[in-house]
Amino acid sequence: MTKYTDQGKQDTRSGYGAGMTELGRTNPNVVALCADLVGSLKIQTFIDENPERFFQVGIAEANMMGIAAGLTIGGKIPFTGTFANFSTGRVYDQIRQSIAYSDKNVKICASHAGITLGEDGATHQILEDIGLMKMLPGMTVINPCDFNQTKAATLAIAEHHGPVYLRFGRPKVANFTPVDQKFEIGKALMLSEGIDVTIFATGHLVWESLLAAEALENQGISAEVINIHTIKPLDEEAIIKSAKKTGCVVSAEEHNFLGGLGESIARTLAIHHPTPQEFVATQDTFGESGTPEQLMDKYGLNNKAIEAAVLRVMKRK
Amino acid sequence: MANLEELQNLVVQVRRDILRMVHKVNSGHPGGSLGCTEFFVALYNEIMELKEGFDMDGNNEDLFFLSNGHISPVFYSVLARRGYFEVDELNTFRLINSRLQGHPTTHEGLPGVRIASGSLGQGMSVAIGAALAKKLNGDNKLIYSLHGDGELQEGQNWEAIMYAAGNKVDNYIATIDLNGQQIDGSTDDVLPLGDVAEKFRVFGWDVLEIENGNDLKQVIEGLNNAKSRTGKGKPVCVIMTTMMGNGVDFMMHTHAWHGKAPSDEQLETALAQNPETLGDY
Repeated sequence: MTKYTDQGKQDTRSGYGAGMTELGRTNPNVVALCADLVGSLKIQTFIDENPERFFQVGIAEANMMGIAAGLTIGGKIPFTGTFANFSTGRVYDQIRQSIAYSDKNVKICASHAGITLGEDGATHQILEDIGLMKMLPGMTVINPCDFNQTKAATLAIAEHHGPVYLRFGRPKVANFTPVDQKFEIGKALMLSEGIDVTIFATGHLVWESLLAAEALENQGISAEVINIHTIKPLDEEAIIKSAKKTGCVVSAEEHNFLGGLGESIARTLAIHHPTPQEFVATQDTFGESGTPEQLMDKYGLNNKAIEAAVLRVMKRK
Repeated sequence: MANLEELQNLVVQVRRDILRMVHKVNSGHPGGSLGCTEFFVALYNEIMELKEGFDMDGNNEDLFFLSNGHISPVFYSVLARRGYFEVDELNTFRLINSRLQGHPTTHEGLPGVRIASGSLGQGMSVAIGAALAKKLNGDNKLIYSLHGDGELQEGQNWEAIMYAAGNKVDNYIATIDLNGQQIDGSTDDVLPLGDVAEKFRVFGWDVLEIENGNDLKQVIEGLNNAKSRTGKGKPVCVIMTTMMGNGVDFMMHTHAWHGKAPSDEQLETALAQNPETLGDY
């Protein structure tokens, strides 16, 4: 299989911050909003360099979404910043009416997504956000896997007209995608070709899938690993093609199995090429306090869980 | 200033449009629409500086945002009669495949509408965003918005009210339609609003009041006064007292006509009280 090297652990939210720094220097229409979480979103450099293009809205996320929608009228490209929980469920109706239905060019940028937020516990660990956002007509949903890819995605969504949900996280994770890899919205990335099973992964679980594929290779199983960084629009062609080749698939995501990437893949395959599938995801549950590693282990979201899912699904071929 | 008599004729014609639109589809919200007719006619024909035609960005012209989207009939009528689209299109209000949805939307591309509204309490935030964009663009035109009084029960408004004052969004005039009525009864009965003007004041807004929002002259004077108070470090709030259902005797002094259409007979009575001035669509 193709080997990847961790260039040094970094948090994906810092990839967002680095992307915003670059956009601040290159795109005068980009503006940033934040609901009292500047440090968490890593956008201090953008603010220092572009104070007139930054709007601190305080702990008032609904107002932030509306202001962002309004800023597009006049040609600005607003990037909102808060935790994923407060970027989605808390403000769902504001996003639905003022942004999605109104077709406003707002980039909803959400940190601390999923269970790896860790010790703060379930109030902050949203595992339903992909589902909430992908259900909105016209919304693009992106969940990049590492620092480099999050930075590249941040740059790419500024060039895309329309509402986008960009989901990233808090923990430091392996940074392994090429530093100069262009981010193509809606285009799945083949990370490692295989013939026995396909692992479709998104976000933090992409690296875990590569670890799982390596362990499986040692057992004589050839796993194909595909990074689905864009959950909507979904690269159906890549999914169908790989499923036809390997005959069984595992989806892996830091999200509830209801409403997540796995369901989108299952729908695609049910229509075009019914294929046995296993879901690495949380099982319709809330999270809890703990370290990211402990939580990934307890809730079955790491390379071991992916490996087990592969062994299960291969028996169903 | 435009001829007051001409504007008054337009007010009466818009009232006819509202009644006929709502009657035809037996649905829609006549009460608040009739109460805000003078405001809309004044705003679009006397107060705002508007470019010819419509583009979404609306640079170098004043912009208006309707937060209480259910009073779409008055909005549509005034937009059509201001030339944003053909007056005949009012015939399609709330019908399938129409650009004139029950609540206003950008989704069907109706000229004059820049945001969807209907789910209440969102318009002020959007208006503030548009005002900030104007400031960033060095565009010295103004942002206007309208909100129902009952709508102020939505918490997002108070986030927006706090933000606009705290950040000196002074190129913005928000008008509150103080008619004291909402679906379930009077605002005092449903959830008392208290002293709305004082609430805006203590939040840091410059507040002025229009005592009779159904007196065209008073509305024009009030909005011109509001205009003169922009650019002074504070957002401006106009508290405009109106009568829901104004212009139709049996629709006034009650909340019953918030979201109800008149029967054939009631329509005839209502239209007789508002004789045709500029021609029905």
